[in-house]
Amino acid sequence: MLSKATRQLIERPGEVASGRLQCCLGVAIFRLLMRSGVGTGGRGDPVPPRPRSTRNPTRFPALSTTICALEKTGHSLSSDMFGLPRSHLMASGSESQGRRGTERPQVLLLRRPLSVLHEALSARFQLLRPWESPVPFDRFLAAHAAGVRALLVTGLTPVDGPLLDALPALRFIVTTSSGVNHIDLAECARRGIAVANAGTIFSLDVAEYAVGLLIDVLRRVSASDRYVRRGLWPRAGDYPLGSKLGSKRVGIVGLGSIGSEIAKRLEAFGCSISYFSRSRKPQVPYTYFPSVGDLAAESNVLVLSCALTKETYHIINRDVMSALGKDGIIINVGRGALVDEAELVKHLMQGEIGGAGLDVFEHEPAVPEELFCMDNVVLSAHFAVHTLEMSSELCQLMIANLNAFFSDRPLLTPVLVRT
Amino acid sequence: MGVMDGSDSDNRSPLNLGGYLAIQWTAVHWVERAMESFGVLLAARIDPYLEAELDRRFKLFRLWESPPAQRREFLRENAEAIRAVVGSPALGADAEMIDLLPRLEIVANFGVGLDKVDLRRCRDRGVRVVYTPDVVTDDTADLAIGLAIAAMRRICDSDRYLKDGSWKGKGDYKLTSKFSGKTVGILGLGRIGQAVAKRAEGFGCPICYCSRSEKRHTSYKYYPSVLELAANCQVLVVACPLTEETRHIINREVIDALGPKGVLVNVGRGPHVDECELVSALHDGRLGAAGLDVFEHEPHVPERLFGLDNVILVPHIGTDTLETSKAMADLILENLEAHVSNRPLPTPVF
Repeated sequence: MLSKATRQLIERPGEVASGRLQCCLGVAIFRLLMRSGVGTGGRGDPVPPRPRSTRNPTRFPALSTTICALEKTGHSLSSDMFGLPRSHLMASGSESQGRRGTERPQVLLLRRPLSVLHEALSARFQLLRPWESPVPFDRFLAAHAAGVRALLVTGLTPVDGPLLDALPALRFIVTTSSGVNHIDLAECARRGIAVANAGTIFSLDVAEYAVGLLIDVLRRVSASDRYVRRGLWPRAGDYPLGSKLGSKRVGIVGLGSIGSEIAKRLEAFGCSISYFSRSRKPQVPYTYFPSVGDLAAESNVLVLSCALTKETYHIINRDVMSALGKDGIIINVGRGALVDEAELVKHLMQGEIGGAGLDVFEHEPAVPEELFCMDNVVLSAHFAVHTLEMSSELCQLMIANLNAFFSDRPLLTPVLVRT
Repeated sequence: MGVMDGSDSDNRSPLNLGGYLAIQWTAVHWVERAMESFGVLLAARIDPYLEAELDRRFKLFRLWESPPAQRREFLRENAEAIRAVVGSPALGADAEMIDLLPRLEIVANFGVGLDKVDLRRCRDRGVRVVYTPDVVTDDTADLAIGLAIAAMRRICDSDRYLKDGSWKGKGDYKLTSKFSGKTVGILGLGRIGQAVAKRAEGFGCPICYCSRSEKRHTSYKYYPSVLELAANCQVLVVACPLTEETRHIINREVIDALGPKGVLVNVGRGPHVDECELVSALHDGRLGAAGLDVFEHEPHVPERLFGLDNVILVPHIGTDTLETSKAMADLILENLEAHVSNRPLPTPVF
């Protein structure tokens, strides 16, 4: 049973003395509730945070697990990337929590977004921010989000049936990603919920990052950078030779917007381009292969830039890696689950694959530690899209889609439209 | 009339064919004997394949087998035999070495940078100089773009961030800056500079350049001074030869003109850049980032750079691929064999 003070905190947070006091009280209450097992499915200990996932969309957790993962994820997010204290956000945001103002439309967020996006959204919409609430997520939704019509998803947070059940009025979901494998589109369609994504605005950022990763792996940029910083150049001599990029046969898995931009860039380096895609694209000058295995057999490099679906799950498997060969390189800027990660680790450890540049992983942020000491492997924390320039474009696109929905106009980057 | 005409039947007789083959065999045999006795000094341990082939085809002298303090003596002892020097970016043929080798005929430079060869002394002595253009262009240009992307997108630091567990513990890496669409300024629009431009254009980057003279055959914007170039670009790539005029051409003024969002990429020579000023600028934030393949006092790199996440430091690997190293070695060997055989040199400087 929540105390009068706590109810005031949640329902009329503007009347509380300061943002910091709210934070302290909220955290204390949250901890009390967590220890009592509320919101944890009856267990006394909190459920460990669910890593950002590239799960198969047919596997969805129970609501309590999702909720706890979101709570933990929301509270463990990095601090404001621009150095701004989070308390100012809580103070301003909590003023709108619980208030069903009609001046601005309501938008539910599941986790704290990038600061620039958060600020842009706050200026235009009434944001529901469950991570700032001391109550468990399901109670927050029941109390505040029953009437919410729009949801903005960041960080690939899963949107599944149980979550949609808790949002009966939901009619629109927009995600900050281009990939939508984390959203149960079938359930959305069944419920008449429109879905929009980030379209192709990330294509250039991801394409240049893929090329950067490939050059790094072939030319050992990161590995030799470490060599220099450890002071080994004067002591141990020149770094071992790398491999030339020009004349490499590059196979692109998924020749969509990103794949096409990658192809265009690598052509300027003297690479020959082939591809595998759901269908042949007669308008492109590249060689088409009807299977990934055939593509791998004729390539030195595989670049993965396709969407994650049931069909593409573990599309890069042991057979494909064997076909690619021991000098082959895999660059993954798609989704971690496109690759059988355990097999990839094994192939790399045994020298059956030449190297890899990986921006995504099957169970992010968990990354196989066997990869950490390999000089022919370059890793990054799923941030091929995270540029300063892209963040402002993303803001504009998200807001434009939300405005379009609330104005009953066509969405700018629809994935699923309401029928 | 062609060779099948009856009037040439005498030329195709077995005796004449045999004579032709005998002359060919003698010539080849003579060249091989000449090469075996042709002394070649390898100034540094550049490449194992090159070393093995030089040893197989010529009479090879390895400079590093003698301690540095005794190298003059080593050269004097072998002066009568040494007729060629194969130099590297680290150690070439300076005036002192040339003077100690009275029978020197040719200097073969492993690379295109000739700053370690005393060209004036070679000219005065009538010593031929050859180098390895074209085969090094692609690798160097690839690395320049790779360094630009790595510096702006923090690829090396994010690799470290993930491997030291920070992704799990601290959350996402910070936002970085995009390379695509940024204006790229190239200092020196020779083979390598043009190759850099072609690759950067694929990323939608507008190109401008500064060179000794304007290149009328390109549509890139020309700036007559490196200062103006730096003020009008966001990524500055150094790809010009090192001469007295270009030593420290990237000075404090140029670095400040490039600015706190600017990126410097050096695939030329370390002394192109005033390294002390560069280190200060990176620390102070007056320069946004740098990708450096070369340094003033290689293999020594300023340790003040080691803790920075906005700089990429690689150990002069501009042409260090298996494919290009072999191509460079083969070109050196081809030049030396042509010289011994008195044939035109494939890639002479003069």
